Amino acid sequence: MNMVHEIDYGTPASKSEKLVTLTIDGREITVPEGTSIMRAAMEAGIEVPKLCASDMMDAFGSCRLCLVEIEGRAGMPASCTTPVAPGISVSTQTQRLKDVRRGVMELYISDHPLDCLTCAANGDCELQDMAGAVGLRDVRYGYDGSNHVKARSNGGEINLKWAPKDESNPYFTYDPAKCIVCSRCVRACEEVQGTFALTIGGRGFDSRVAAGMNEDFVSSECVSCGACVQACPTATLTEKSVIEIGQPEHSVVTTCAYCGVGCSFKAEMRGEELVRMVPWKDGQANRGHSCVKGRFAYGYSSHKDRILNPMIREKITDPWREVTWEEAFTHVASEFRRIQYQYGRDSVGGITSSRCTNEETYLVQKLVRAGFGNNNVDTCARVCHSPTGYGLNQTFGTSAGTQDFDSVEHTDIAVIIGANPTDGHPVFASRLKKRVREGAKLIVIDPRRIDLVRSAHVEASYHLPLKPGTNVAILTSMAHVIVTEGLANEAFIRERCDWSEYEDWAAFVAEPYHSPEASEAYTGVPADLVRGAARLYATGGNGAIYYGLGVTEHSQGSTTVMAIANLAMVTGNIGRPGVGVNPLRGQNNVQGSCDMGSFPHELPGYRHISDDATRDIFEKLWGVSLNNEPGLRIPNMLDAAVDGTFKALYIQGEDILQSDPDTKHVAAGLAAMECVVVHDLFLNETANYAHVFLPGSTFLEKDGTFTNAERRINRVRRVMRPKNGYADWEVTQKLAQAIGLNWNYRHPSEIMDEIAATTPTFAMVSYDYLDKMGSVQWPCNEKAPLGSPIMHVDGFVRGKGKFIRTEFVATDEKTGPRFPLLLTTGRILSQYNVGAQTRRTDNVIWHAEDRLEIHPHDAEQRGIRDGDWVRLASRSGETTLRSLITDRVAPGVVYTTFHHPTTQANVITTDFTDWATNCPEYKVTAVQVSPSNGPSDWQRDYDEQARQSRRIAGKLEAAE
Amino acid sequence: MSPDTNAKLIYMANQIATFFKSQPAAEAAEGVATHINKYWEPRMRRKLFEHIDHGGEGLNPLVLEAAAKIRRPEAA
Repeated sequence: MNMVHEIDYGTPASKSEKLVTLTIDGREITVPEGTSIMRAAMEAGIEVPKLCASDMMDAFGSCRLCLVEIEGRAGMPASCTTPVAPGISVSTQTQRLKDVRRGVMELYISDHPLDCLTCAANGDCELQDMAGAVGLRDVRYGYDGSNHVKARSNGGEINLKWAPKDESNPYFTYDPAKCIVCSRCVRACEEVQGTFALTIGGRGFDSRVAAGMNEDFVSSECVSCGACVQACPTATLTEKSVIEIGQPEHSVVTTCAYCGVGCSFKAEMRGEELVRMVPWKDGQANRGHSCVKGRFAYGYSSHKDRILNPMIREKITDPWREVTWEEAFTHVASEFRRIQYQYGRDSVGGITSSRCTNEETYLVQKLVRAGFGNNNVDTCARVCHSPTGYGLNQTFGTSAGTQDFDSVEHTDIAVIIGANPTDGHPVFASRLKKRVREGAKLIVIDPRRIDLVRSAHVEASYHLPLKPGTNVAILTSMAHVIVTEGLANEAFIRERCDWSEYEDWAAFVAEPYHSPEASEAYTGVPADLVRGAARLYATGGNGAIYYGLGVTEHSQGSTTVMAIANLAMVTGNIGRPGVGVNPLRGQNNVQGSCDMGSFPHELPGYRHISDDATRDIFEKLWGVSLNNEPGLRIPNMLDAAVDGTFKALYIQGEDILQSDPDTKHVAAGLAAMECVVVHDLFLNETANYAHVFLPGSTFLEKDGTFTNAERRINRVRRVMRPKNGYADWEVTQKLAQAIGLNWNYRHPSEIMDEIAATTPTFAMVSYDYLDKMGSVQWPCNEKAPLGSPIMHVDGFVRGKGKFIRTEFVATDEKTGPRFPLLLTTGRILSQYNVGAQTRRTDNVIWHAEDRLEIHPHDAEQRGIRDGDWVRLASRSGETTLRSLITDRVAPGVVYTTFHHPTTQANVITTDFTDWATNCPEYKVTAVQVSPSNGPSDWQRDYDEQARQSRRIAGKLEAAE
Repeated sequence: MSPDTNAKLIYMANQIATFFKSQPAAEAAEGVATHINKYWEPRMRRKLFEHIDHGGEGLNPLVLEAAAKIRRPEAA
């Protein structure tokens, strides 16, 4: 096996359509106008020596190594900063160039340590490569003079120019002694990541890379995305894993298992040991960039807490007993059979995982429908983006976003609603910020002052800090402004949408009570801001809406999604690059799990279970007759469990006890069941209520596909054997076999073939095709063989776009004297969802606990100081956590994350849900905050119960 | 049957009715019925009908109007 080879062309590709022909080393070459001579040469296979250039960043021209000579021009211009011109003749290798380059290299090496044999970059050092390329044979200057290499001079005096290694970041080191000041790290931080945490401090020979205000890396603004480490041509910035293990010997392209951006990575391996994850430049979602989670936070996969053997227990108060896989499968099969016999066919169900592959998800829903004989299957999209599926299907006709991520490069106005991309979808945020630095405008609609409102080189034109729960009112007011001020794109609407529905809707939004002046009373947003934002979105060019869970997780989540779709249609912002409606999906495969028929009312490809023709396809293939009635959704399952009619549940890769609202209700539902099967990497919170535990495998241990937020189907490739023995799809298959289903998939590719054969939007998808194409975006079929980066190009999937009235209905979760504050929730960069993975990595140094953000005014009134323990109480329950005083939240609003089980944020959240989909209203809870001495009784009881329930017979108690 | 989950079901039906009430009047009852038929498992519809058969107290009138178009599951 080999390393995946990536060519560095030195400078970014030119987008010009005009071509230029020139000669390099006697070869005629034609490239787009604006291409650098360096890139043109590389495209022809001629590698000009370089150190400061990389095609991830703009040309910089500082290293003086890439000099060339051009016939008829004086001097030796740098090939990275010199664009091609028609008819010029370039030489990349002449005696003069050779001499100059060798001189330059000699100077570099004169201030660089010569410990190459023991250096971590040995085998992957561009400085060494270039010394070889220019034929450097001798360095005439020793370290006697001024240098950055030696801590002390030969005479023993302290060298003030020398600085020690900075090892503060848990994942990489910075060794100033090895720095050649090429500025690649600084430029990567600026241009690729957009954080501007690095700079070059000092001048001339004193120049050094500095993080923040000359701090150590971890104390600076650095977000540990790894772009600088990737850019560094020497061992100055190096992954600690490379220092510890050594250079990788082979690499495999795979897909990150964290957020819905779905970044492509090269898993760089030595044998079965993962050396490092490096973002893949050809990855079409991330274009060579990464964040701290995907790049570094994979340590959970080999964490000691991972459970590797199946376990059973009779009662949830018993300790676990390790059993063989055979025993576990037989036990589950007989329990499910017994329960169905005793309580009826509909008394059991399953939950598919948005963290597992499409193939695994497909199998779990197939197990439920074909094996259990009902449709009681749901997925964690229920609690995040189910309103997206519903709302976009109603208005456009597809349950998915309309664009690819590349589209942002053509966006003029980006509207961010209820999403915090710099934390939740960092790689997309970097791409967005890059576009903003190029001049695109930003509108942020969020109760909290997220980083995109104002941070380095980014400032939103409008921030509408609405009261949580008033999304529909704000968006309908924006529509009011667009319609009443004559800004509607009537030509687009007449052509693409149902005109009479538009007229009905336009008359509805034009009602005076929808004006920003009227809605200001409950949204809290000054009317002129709403008017300004609406005008900018309607008239500023390509307008794209990006939204997250701040839109969906409300009692009017589905209505808000429709309001977003209405805005896109009324302004004609659909069907071309730079525009559209873009849900930022939470988990890696939320889109895929929905596509694969995880919802209780629909089969793969979003086809309703009552549709005879669709059922027929699957009935023939699976050899069973399918129930034509919708099944239970997760909250309905829990309600039915409390009612005594739902008794057994197979949960793959989902922690409903921690992630779902109203923990006490979830616990009551789980406790009422007779057989809860948890299939996961760790004994998660839900496992406290489980009778069977089936160990899961990580994304590194199996083949499959994930579908990201842009509908992109990306391959996941196995780089090591499953530590637990079986990939998750094999576990589900063996379970199916134990209950009597004749399944014989030998490889996940066969499952994908079945998906393609049954699901029209996946018709052309196969592993061979994905290997050939890299990735494709569904629909991918005869009509769109290359996939569909942008949807609704020539018309809406449903035919005519449908405008739907969006009446604002205030949630019943209201503040009052007992609970005067509104709690809203979110996530943070370094942690992921319930934290089961990221808490088991060094990412905890950035976020070791959930904190309650509270405005100084509200804190002052309650006598709360920064860092104090506070009691957070709602109608549902109470918990305690430590405060963080900040004016990021408005007075009256508090905010927290939910990454840590000890916080129990969902003890607080209520059981109110979206009217259409039962998606929980996480984002609005009326609460009171008061000083506290420490953990609540509930937290103490819960901890004790969790500790008890994690006991394994014959083993010492688990650490967590 | 828990009174708590029954109350929740009534609340959910009313939420659906509240949305469709704001839509053009001709589509409102049909909208409620279609939505419940498409997304409610038979157990939930059965409980809804049990409640309607007992007078339907607390239900939005639009739910009652839609009831004729909601598929009635067989008795358990």
